[in-house]
Amino acid sequence: MGERRTWPIHLLLVIASVIMVVPFVWQILTVFKTTPEVARIPPTLLPEEFSLHSFETFFSTVPFWSMFAVSTGSLVLRVAGQVVVAALAGYAFARLPFPGRNVLFGLFLAMLMVPSQLFLIGQYGLVRDFGLLDTLPALAIPGMFSAFGTFLMRQAFMNLPPDFEEAARLDGANPFQVFWHVMLPMTKPTLAALTVLTGLYSWNDLLWPLIVSPSGENRPLPVGLAGLQGQFGTDYPTLMAGALVCSIPLVFVFLLLQRQFFRGIASSGLKG
Amino acid sequence: MTSSARWALLFVAPATVGLVALYLWPFLSTFVKSFQDVPAFGPATYTGLDNYVELAGDGEVWQAFGNSALYTVLVLLGIPLAVVLAALIEQVSRGRTVYRVLFFLPVVTLPVAVGMVWRFIYNGDFGLLNHVLSWFGIDGHYWVADARFTIYAFAAVGIWMGLGINLIILGAGLQAIPKAVYEASALDGAGRVRQFFHITVPLLSPSIFFVTILTVIAALQMFDLIFIMLRSVNNTALADSKTIVYLFYEKAFVQFQQGYGAAIAIVLLIVIMIATALQFRLQRSWVFYG
Repeated sequence: MGERRTWPIHLLLVIASVIMVVPFVWQILTVFKTTPEVARIPPTLLPEEFSLHSFETFFSTVPFWSMFAVSTGSLVLRVAGQVVVAALAGYAFARLPFPGRNVLFGLFLAMLMVPSQLFLIGQYGLVRDFGLLDTLPALAIPGMFSAFGTFLMRQAFMNLPPDFEEAARLDGANPFQVFWHVMLPMTKPTLAALTVLTGLYSWNDLLWPLIVSPSGENRPLPVGLAGLQGQFGTDYPTLMAGALVCSIPLVFVFLLLQRQFFRGIASSGLKG
Repeated sequence: MTSSARWALLFVAPATVGLVALYLWPFLSTFVKSFQDVPAFGPATYTGLDNYVELAGDGEVWQAFGNSALYTVLVLLGIPLAVVLAALIEQVSRGRTVYRVLFFLPVVTLPVAVGMVWRFIYNGDFGLLNHVLSWFGIDGHYWVADARFTIYAFAAVGIWMGLGINLIILGAGLQAIPKAVYEASALDGAGRVRQFFHITVPLLSPSIFFVTILTVIAALQMFDLIFIMLRSVNNTALADSKTIVYLFYEKAFVQFQQGYGAAIAIVLLIVIMIATALQFRLQRSWVFYG
């Protein structure tokens, strides 16, 4: 295959890539235009006068840093909680026999197949009854528990050879020590995949934060950005600036950790 | 109980408590509420099948299911596109990562931001899409303000957003196809197009099936785009463009008719189960497990 010409393939892929990135390029060009210029027909390609007005409007109307802190804080809580809880349970399901193990695991699998909307009314009721509306824990807590994460970690532990475990046990280590010092470090690729997927989901989620942040305090980025759109419906440069600023942190992390992102998606196929 | 079993219970305790309190119990309560009238304040009353009867006669519900079904079918058109692109990327040796990164950018962009950018592109008066169409002499439209077009406009964005994920999953599937199969067929004089249809597609079919299942489940739950492009700006096209999850949100969390909202959610669950079961049945005729 290597001897065949590849330039026609590159040509097709370049065309497709251009179509993929046009929206982003258009967004970035718009950010530096003035509001009247954006409404002109036909549209101008490059900004006529280079304006930073959009960023000024965005940062002066939206508490970006507090939204960023809320998004980051709930992501860290959610990821840390889920990784620990799922790894512990996944290890027991894979390696420690106990009565009722199959039934309990079946329950986890059943919940895995239920769409998330089926939980929202009950989760909202719990959050409200505990007085947690508009708080950081409300954003993070449901996502700290995940049938999916448990399933993924169980798979990872099942794929490890039993030899190390036995050696450590003969040395007198208790099951927690075996788990923590011997087995967990060997699941690093899966831990990384789970971290990336959970983080991506937490960062992007709109529906749950929308439901549990009724007052608008402690809003994460997606909810705040949706509010900005309601407020500045036609001030496109400001909207594009807000969309850009709020998206950059995760895009930056992705560019640093591409391999982990791709591995995470390939290993699990989580979607949406 | 053995000591090892006691340890195991300690290990599964946090996950089990969380699962029961935050998933199993809410699921059961949604099920129960779907048979109740739940006022925003005060106690709920059992009303039997009333919510479901009302739902079956509610034009808005039927429209929402119709919109979600149309959206799902349209987004599925992105899968053949993803298969072709994944196969093309697999053929080149240089630049693979660059292509994958570019196609993946929409996945790591906030969906809210994606909705904002596309709403601007779709603008009927000075949007980029209408301008580009005018080069080819095609009349522009109000893509998101005109309810005749909204679902199609959303589906184009949905395909664009999902492509990166599909490419990664399909790419992993392609790498599992032995190179020898291609070499043998090249010796037999098969060209690229022939190889694509006779080797790549059949041997990749388990991955294609997996991607299809995921795409359908995600598409039936579409919410973000409609919230951003229509609801957050009070666009009147919203009335005829609601998807099923959007309608659920509106009933349960805006109008606080949680009983009715719960019934919609239960019907959504049934629809997703039927759609998935149907695909598992259909796979027998097209998925090839070598």
